[in-house]
Amino acid sequence: MKYLKQAVIIAAVTAAAEGIKYVVPLPVPASIYGLILLFGLLKSGVLRLEEVEDVGGLLLELMPLLLVPASVSFLTAADTIGEMLAPVLIMGFIGTAAVMAVTGRVAQAGIRRGKGDGKRG
Amino acid sequence: MGEYFAYSDYFGLLLCLGSFLAARWINGRMGREVCNPLLFATLACGAVLVGTGTEYGTFYESGADKLEFLLTPATICLAIPLYRQFALLRKNGAAVLAGCAAGVAAHMAGCALMLVLYKMDGAAYITLLPKSITTAIGKGLSQELGGYPAVTMASIMVTGLFGAVAAPALLKLFRITEPLAQGLAIGTSSHAAGTSRAVELGDVQGAASSLAIVVTGLLTVVAAPVMAGLAG
Repeated sequence: MKYLKQAVIIAAVTAAAEGIKYVVPLPVPASIYGLILLFGLLKSGVLRLEEVEDVGGLLLELMPLLLVPASVSFLTAADTIGEMLAPVLIMGFIGTAAVMAVTGRVAQAGIRRGKGDGKRG
Repeated sequence: MGEYFAYSDYFGLLLCLGSFLAARWINGRMGREVCNPLLFATLACGAVLVGTGTEYGTFYESGADKLEFLLTPATICLAIPLYRQFALLRKNGAAVLAGCAAGVAAHMAGCALMLVLYKMDGAAYITLLPKSITTAIGKGLSQELGGYPAVTMASIMVTGLFGAVAAPALLKLFRITEPLAQGLAIGTSSHAAGTSRAVELGDVQGAASSLAIVVTGLLTVVAAPVMAGLAG
């Protein structure tokens, strides 16, 4: 029963998120509305962590598996990508690594300054 | 084989689950991660499709769609680590915002560089702008600004897959050791796919990466139309 109830709550939040997407004319996916909605419900105390934690944890653990179908779809872009292949790959690899480096270093510097331990990484 | 694929409602599902489990099994036998399950499963499914001459749509409709169906609620559940770690994230609010903004700026600068280096046409350049953000926002944004949504999708996939596979090695290379900074770096550079890996690194990383998806998505929605003006 515990799991069923948690699944119902998560399904309800998902359906509500789709409702928000239906009403709001922005290119924002339902999942982002849902993420904010679930966070708001937890933060305001309407939902307790125990009411979503187990099924939610399972879904989070499964996430890499859930991304497999979308990843395989790269096959379908092979025809349309054409001469954009080089920029797409450069930005996909080098660009992604660069963004990771910049974000991580800037955030790390900020966090360490906040801690006040004067370390520079 | 192709006909069986078209007939079956479960073969695509089995292929995804089986190849993912096989990668886990190999890693278990080797005692360390030698193949990333997401990458391995993607290549294995791709190889089977190409090898049997099966269309992606057939594979998708034979059960793979059921997995993707769960992706929306799973992404929503990223609110759980976010809630657990909220105090830490709020305490470092300035660092969170600065990190994400710097990442988005770096990405936009990279796109502008590609525009100049490859003398890309406007639509091709716009196609690259939303590539670090979650698929649904990215695809919509590409469409709205006049890019090629299919290529944006592919480029989001490459980005996410690379982020998910290489994140631990890259973080080490760049000496990013603060768990919070690690999460932000992963979420800003490689959206939900990277975040699926961040969740494995730890609760703080997962929470920070989830928050970064939201912040980066919003910043990109605001910045991309401005950057798209460069192409004109």
